Amino acid sequence: MDRIPLEHLLLLGAVLFSLGLWAVLTKRHAVVVLMGIELIFNAANLNLVAFSRYDPQLMQGQLFALFVMVIAAAESAVALAIVLRVYQHFKTANLNQIVGEE
Amino acid sequence: MLFYLFAALATISGAYMVLTRNLLYAAFALLLTLLSIAGIFVMLFADFVAVVQLMVYVGGVLVLILFGIMLSTRVKDKSVMSQNVNKSWGSMVAGVVLVGLCYTILQTDYATLPWIEAASTDVLGEQKSTVQAIGVKLMTDVVLPFEIASLLLLIALMGSAYIATDKQTKL
Repeated sequence: MDRIPLEHLLLLGAVLFSLGLWAVLTKRHAVVVLMGIELIFNAANLNLVAFSRYDPQLMQGQLFALFVMVIAAAESAVALAIVLRVYQHFKTANLNQIVGEE
Repeated sequence: MLFYLFAALATISGAYMVLTRNLLYAAFALLLTLLSIAGIFVMLFADFVAVVQLMVYVGGVLVLILFGIMLSTRVKDKSVMSQNVNKSWGSMVAGVVLVGLCYTILQTDYATLPWIEAASTDVLGEQKSTVQAIGVKLMTDVVLPFEIASLLLLIALMGSAYIATDKQTKL
């Protein structure tokens, strides 16, 4: 099996990153913003694994990708707990309707 | 080629995730994207990363997101539909970032980079599975980050359980 060109992998990573950024910037529901962040994490992971193939020692990129996944899992657990509390307190998860109260 | 099928699937479902306004459709589009990326990982000889992607993202993070959607929306009103704001500015910034990244990637000549040239031969050789190498590395070279990651997961678990607890009903 011949190799997948590196440029195509990086382009796919760029496209996924931009889609995640688009979701983070334009969506106003907190959970969708989190989904965009997950997409950005995945784009970064794709680049790490793509370059890991050229690492003579191997595994450095893949190990980094594993740690990124650990951080992403911890981040999404904490963030969703916060979203839950915010929803219970403000009765909405819309980021524009969450305003401070005196 | 199988890679381009997975890449198209990831791109289309990622775009659908952004374009749809229904939260549940967006979550299932994200599921398809994550599965496609796991398939691409397999094709890059990163089988362990692909399995972890399936278990952590598809099995863990996505289920958490679905729970988050179900617990933070009321189906009776329109809160299951997400609002869009900053449409023109957000699209513009994302488009500029996409064009800039693609331009940089296409301008770079990867074939002449020394460390890519050095790996022009098949570095994996006869061994195609990376599970054993990753296991050895995790217990030798990166054992300190590994332990810190386990501590981080414990802290995140306790913290999120504490945050999500309903203080009113708790005695």
